[in-house]
Amino acid sequence: MPEQFLFAMEVILNGLMAGVLYALVALGFVLIFKASGIFNYAQGVMALFAALTLVGIMDGQVPFSHIINATFGTELHHFGWHVPALLAIILTAGVMVVFAWLVQRYIFRHLVNQEPIILFMATIGLAYFLEGVGDLMWGSDIKKLDVGLPQGINEWIDVTTFEAFGYGFFIDNLDISATIVAIFLVAALIIFSQYTKQGRALRAVADDHQAALSVGISLNFIWVLVWSIAGFVALVAGIMWGAKSGVQFSLSLIALKALPVLMLGGFTSIPGAIVGGLIIGVGEKLFEFLIGPMVGGATENWFAYVLALLFLVFRPQGLFGEKIIERV
Amino acid sequence: MKLTTLAVAAVMAASPVMADLVFPSLSYRTGPYAANGIPFADGYEDYFTLLNERDGGIGGVPAKVIECETGYNTEKGVECYEATKGEGALIYQPLSTGITYQLIPKVTADGIPLHTMGYGRTSAKNGEIFSNVFNYPANYWDGASHAVNHIMSQGDISGKKIALVYHNSAYGKEPIRTLEELSKKHGFELMLVPVDHPGQEQKSQWLQIRQQKPDNVIMYGWGVMNQVAIQEAANIRYPMENFIGIWWSGSENDVLPAGDRANGYKALTFHNLGDDYPLYADLRKYVVDAGKAAGAGDQLGTALYNRGMYAAMLAAEAAKTAQELSGEKNLTPAMMRDGMEALEMTEAKMAEIGLPGFGPEFKVSCQNHGGNGLGAVAQWDAAAKKWSLITGYEGSDQDVIQPLIDEDSAAFAAEAGIEAGCK
Repeated sequence: MPEQFLFAMEVILNGLMAGVLYALVALGFVLIFKASGIFNYAQGVMALFAALTLVGIMDGQVPFSHIINATFGTELHHFGWHVPALLAIILTAGVMVVFAWLVQRYIFRHLVNQEPIILFMATIGLAYFLEGVGDLMWGSDIKKLDVGLPQGINEWIDVTTFEAFGYGFFIDNLDISATIVAIFLVAALIIFSQYTKQGRALRAVADDHQAALSVGISLNFIWVLVWSIAGFVALVAGIMWGAKSGVQFSLSLIALKALPVLMLGGFTSIPGAIVGGLIIGVGEKLFEFLIGPMVGGATENWFAYVLALLFLVFRPQGLFGEKIIERV
Repeated sequence: MKLTTLAVAAVMAASPVMADLVFPSLSYRTGPYAANGIPFADGYEDYFTLLNERDGGIGGVPAKVIECETGYNTEKGVECYEATKGEGALIYQPLSTGITYQLIPKVTADGIPLHTMGYGRTSAKNGEIFSNVFNYPANYWDGASHAVNHIMSQGDISGKKIALVYHNSAYGKEPIRTLEELSKKHGFELMLVPVDHPGQEQKSQWLQIRQQKPDNVIMYGWGVMNQVAIQEAANIRYPMENFIGIWWSGSENDVLPAGDRANGYKALTFHNLGDDYPLYADLRKYVVDAGKAAGAGDQLGTALYNRGMYAAMLAAEAAKTAQELSGEKNLTPAMMRDGMEALEMTEAKMAEIGLPGFGPEFKVSCQNHGGNGLGAVAQWDAAAKKWSLITGYEGSDQDVIQPLIDEDSAAFAAEAGIEAGCK
């Protein structure tokens, strides 16, 4: 088989894997937008905050230690224990639930019936506030995140493809883990929304706030619920991305990777986020492989947006988004 | 009476009346590059705090650090410059190539010196054109040459393929011209691999490296790009001993997230590492233990803390030189500039400061604002979690670099209408 064809196959496979990681970030946006019509600018920072909290809990770090030490002259930095990864994930998920309640209680409850742009601006404020709180709580240093996920080349795929084609494909074990986690996450979200009372209530709110209220569904509860789920999705995205680069403040920029996915997949569709992620992942990697060398490389950032815009020309609501028809 | 008043006012306006020697710190403690900006800013401030607490300042005049947050954002950096220059600022060190490019015309017009240690506009080494800009002890092009020299020291380089993985920005593109010239001279093939900001996703770049199998990889990265690149290199099992980063890709932050897999990674440096120097005992005694540290006091000896501290030390030594030259204890920016241009760092001077062998010896002159361009190679020991120098301070290929500097600075002079010459 020609070498270039094999390289292209490897690029496509890795593009699919990268797409899953983009989709993980995009999912959080979709959940909140679908249930409340809010474009949550803070989703990337939520992933950062969740990952910071996870590492902080695992390492037994004292939150706000700099402030405590500066105020009281103490030397507190660590509790001296190490929390197992699974327990730390559960505790962090709890923190994200508390965060969701606080966001609902102190921000969005006061902004009911406001214009979408006001809600969007509120999430911008929330993003900067959360970034600052994360810094104060856990510090700005880069933290190594190890929850036991395998990393590095998958030997089995390398050997198998080498025996079959004479060229061993590179697939990162972390990307395979992310794919498996994403499959379980999406399945769990679908089961939750289809087969549970809260899930059905969530869908009802997403379809029509007024109608949902009229049958006794608590809007406040649903919004806390959806922000909690988005917080958990942010935690998963934070773990996957944080394992690659260490947990640091640039993690919040992963939101930039989700925007073209949302434009392409639609803001209201969970399958759209997944399919959009895969298309963007494969599209940008393949373009970089085929065209990148001719134009000096580094095409991925802008090409993802070009690809999304091309789709928008033909389907403004995105691949799976709801078509909004307003009749006068 | 009126004449006397006018005369007094004129003397006051002409002479330095500042109570302190002001050293603005254009730092970034927030944003995506905060993890690197914080230790540098801490090292910078702690050194001046030490001088104040232990020696009563520089030549008896207290040093004052005015910190301004840039967030590594060029516009904010310029705002910080404008906001602080009226405070009697003696020198600016913005730790950003983008900010540097914006400040070069401003500092030249305002007569305030700018020190861009190991970054910024490389051709600013030509002091006859860039009168107020200094980039000693080494610059980006020296770094490119050091990396190639190090590869050559390990075997014949001709016919080899060397990849440059670089931040796709003005900073990352700086070494390309030098490497192109060096590839012609030494007969190696140069492969360019750009990475867009911030560099969180580099799968394409490292697949390309895996497919094309370069013999060596040189990296000009910053921030998250470094951590991801080292992780991805480990993922494709690229030999770490063949992977060498510029000094901005050589901090503990860059290698720790990859754990043991980063073992053997190399990085260039123009100062020494660790805290095994007499000065650190004083830093702990007078600054950290006294509760006067700029940060938590836990960064002493890290690569970027040391670099910030080294930058402050060079500024303080230039201020001392300026005081000797002018006979004045209170300095003006013009005096500071003259002090920087007359700065000579010798081993005896560094030993006296408490930093024996910490940096290369160099001498600044009107023609040469960049020092000798000496640099060393450090290697990461993942088990010990520390960097160690594996070479001494060695020179760069000035036969290639100097003509490039002359060419680039002449182009700038023609564009800006500057007549070359010494002040």
